[in-house]
Amino acid sequence: MSILKFLYKPQNELEKEGRNAEPPAGETEYTCPNCHRTLVESVLEAQNWVCICGHHFRIGARKRISMMTDEGSFEELFSTIVTDDPLAFPGYQKKLTKAREQSGENESVITGTAMIGGIKTALFVMSPFFMMGSMGSATGEKITRIFEYAAEHSLPVVGWTVSGGARMQEGLLSLMQMAKTSGAVLRHSQKGLLYITVLTDPTTGGVTASFAMEGDIIVAEPGATVGFAGRRVVEQTTMESLPRDFQTSEFILEHGFADIIVQRSNEKKLLSSLLAFHGGNHDSL
Amino acid sequence: MTAYDRVRTARSTSRPTAQDYIAGMFSSFIELHGDRRYRDDEAIIGGLAYLKGKPVTVIGIEKGHNTIERMRRSFGAPEPEGYRKALRLMKQAEKFHRPVVLFVDTSGAFCGIGAEERGQGQAIAENLMEMMGLRTPEISIFIGEGGSGGALALAVSDRVWMLENAVYSVISPEGCASILYKDAAEAPKAAESLRLTAADAYALGIAERVISEDGLGTPDFYSKLRDEVAEEIGILEKTEDLIERRYQRFRAFGRYDEEIK
Ligand SMILES: [Zn+2]
Repeated sequence: MSILKFLYKPQNELEKEGRNAEPPAGETEYTCPNCHRTLVESVLEAQNWVCICGHHFRIGARKRISMMTDEGSFEELFSTIVTDDPLAFPGYQKKLTKAREQSGENESVITGTAMIGGIKTALFVMSPFFMMGSMGSATGEKITRIFEYAAEHSLPVVGWTVSGGARMQEGLLSLMQMAKTSGAVLRHSQKGLLYITVLTDPTTGGVTASFAMEGDIIVAEPGATVGFAGRRVVEQTTMESLPRDFQTSEFILEHGFADIIVQRSNEKKLLSSLLAFHGGNHDSL
Repeated sequence: MTAYDRVRTARSTSRPTAQDYIAGMFSSFIELHGDRRYRDDEAIIGGLAYLKGKPVTVIGIEKGHNTIERMRRSFGAPEPEGYRKALRLMKQAEKFHRPVVLFVDTSGAFCGIGAEERGQGQAIAENLMEMMGLRTPEISIFIGEGGSGGALALAVSDRVWMLENAVYSVISPEGCASILYKDAAEAPKAAESLRLTAADAYALGIAERVISEDGLGTPDFYSKLRDEVAEEIGILEKTEDLIERRYQRFRAFGRYDEEIK
């Protein structure tokens, strides 16, 4: 950390404020998990929830939608689909209640349509604040439906992934969502339609092993954890010390499993360009 | 038998492995190796064989029979290359209009640095998507453990059959117990909650058939299973909308509420 601090020089007024200013009354403070700076909410908000050190904070699905889509263009679909504890799994109801309170959402994914750079697209956005984006029956159903909807209406799909993996409280039914969503991705793809995935922190387990890795174009946010087996599990199994960048966006880019890493501040612009390439639009330049 | 008794039985090293089924049910097996990309993963075996005189592609996750072989086969935990080899053989089967018979027996996909570097998640994802569209019949038979995504990567099939003591689970009972109860020793309790037995999978519609283990590993056992698989392939080959039905088979999985607004 001392090296990071040494390298750090304030680059603009905003940064100075982020480091030195007293937090305005009532503002929540956040500590950056990377550089341990304390940042207030309004500063983070102005910086797309990216720290001065480059760390991309996890953000909720609604916030992401407002950041990445044209203002007022989002129309939510399939919001009435909710999980119903199909296996009567011990403690699951309580966990769901807590997740709903914490996230203000009733599932780990939000689906709908919106304009991105003036191009209509179907989208799904997972939330890290709902059971760490774990995939249950309702999650899989909503994602499947948005692909079916997009196939029917000839829309591209942009999907932001965040997930700890399949939701064990739904047993085999959650595992089956991997196959079900993959089938829906295939059908959408066979219609010649574009699917872009944006891998965000963390994308792991059954989501990595299904629709996260099935995009025509795979984009990743910097420093996101992306992998199949959890880092701790790999460590315990192999008893080897892992490279520092193991299972990061940079690691998977290097190994050929992502197309491009994009800073959040440039993300909407990149997505707009990618969509334009596939929408018959000409380069505006 | 409790669910955890089934787990222990499914894991037993005395159970027949994929190569025993291949030898018992098929004739003239020729093993084909390699993923054509990096290496040959011996945790998965596959190749050509005749099933009652009919050419088929057969693929199986192989745990091995003794310690040396088990190590060579990574105890039946495939790396990305194993899944890619399986997919290569499935595409080959599609090209030559051969049905595919798959034997599933794994505690899960291999967990390691190399497997992650070479895209374990991507390899499984590709199999799920490609199997969903494969234009030839596929039958997956769970003969022991069915560990999560590593098993599903060979089971996006028209039929899933399970031996009565085979298990199929989203997470190992030990893994589940250590998350849920902070104690892997609570695995028997977790095993009950996970609903991972063949009977559970059948009740959920995830397996179409539970195969009796009477005479497991005997010539009669293999002969009966051979007849059943051949009969089912005959039915699948006559099914016109095979791929649509396969999609609908998986499309139906999941239970949720849909509130009326
Ligand atoms: Zn920072």
